[in-house]
Amino acid sequence: MRSSLEKYKMSRDKSLAPKVEAFADHQIITPHNTLRRAIRRVEDRERDDPVGRAEQALAGLSGEFKSWMRSECDRLAAAHLAVLVQGFTPQTRDELFRAAHDIKGDAVTFGFPAAGAAAESLCRIIEHAPNLDAVPAELIGHHIDAIQAIVREHNTIEKAGVAQELSDRLRGIADEYLMLVNKDRPERLEAIASPGIVPAE
Amino acid sequence: MFRIDFNKLRFLVCDDNPHMRRILRTLLHSFGAREVYEAEDGATALEMYSHYVPDIVIADWAMPIFDGLELAQMIRQPDSKGNPYAPIIMLTGHSEKRRITMARDAGVTEFLAKPISAKGLYLRIMSVVAHPRPFIKTKNYFGPDRRRNTTVAYIGPERRNGGEAEVVQQPSLMDKARVTG
Repeated sequence: MRSSLEKYKMSRDKSLAPKVEAFADHQIITPHNTLRRAIRRVEDRERDDPVGRAEQALAGLSGEFKSWMRSECDRLAAAHLAVLVQGFTPQTRDELFRAAHDIKGDAVTFGFPAAGAAAESLCRIIEHAPNLDAVPAELIGHHIDAIQAIVREHNTIEKAGVAQELSDRLRGIADEYLMLVNKDRPERLEAIASPGIVPAE
Repeated sequence: MFRIDFNKLRFLVCDDNPHMRRILRTLLHSFGAREVYEAEDGATALEMYSHYVPDIVIADWAMPIFDGLELAQMIRQPDSKGNPYAPIIMLTGHSEKRRITMARDAGVTEFLAKPISAKGLYLRIMSVVAHPRPFIKTKNYFGPDRRRNTTVAYIGPERRNGGEAEVVQQPSLMDKARVTG
């Protein structure tokens, strides 16, 4: 039985060669649009709502979000513990960053936006501090504690607005620290000061 | 009107986070996709890419072994034996302009910033299926055309030479990344 790759090569060899236009210093290549086979004209009565269906399916998963968030927090705590025991090595640094970065990306979807904001602040410290060994241990520790507290006490502090205030204050302190330690690195200062291009909400 | 038959498309999802893979799988299946393959790191993703020849790749940026950016660069090898043209949608928590530029220059087709939404994902897939862009090969770039407008005023060092080029009108990658809903 032929593998998918062999089938792809065979089909490409036969008739799906891309169209190539050569210019002085570049080529414009128009590959055969193999995805066109998935586009279909439909009548109004066949209208479908795939986005609505997917949103419903996502809502169906929401009962699991709190336990997922807890396991993300456990992973973050384990990564932090490895840093405390071994110091910042490429491995411990990367794992702490990935754990925080995943929380930053997932927390809003899971219903914990303030935890996501605190995780983003931690990511910025790891990414922009010129020497991670010189970062005050409490600054990183407070971020880890805050994220865990926000998730653990979700029902009480998130509703009271305390969680967002906590994240905002941590971000303020972290930004102040990063501006100070990067004062001689203008390209970093620019990256620190420029907002993300995606709205926070 | 048109619609996409997701059951005719084969997806490869690359994310080290099992929760995000579950969400992506749920969304894609809800859209109608049947073939969704999953990899938890860049190396496995590259192996699965060669084996399953997916139509569309959805990749996270931060992954162990090698990351989503390196995965894109490895797929976009013009002389590779596999398919260097498959659309790559980068789904990531990174949202800085610098990161989007890096992703674009690595050959990423579309950029989708987290938090993920069903609509955002659907629109990116619709874009790569219905409006594929030509590929550009230069001395130091191979990937989808990075030009998203027809301005002739650009005179920077990366200006292409050799007559008028075909340009596909599309919103910029950055404008599209701003659309989170």
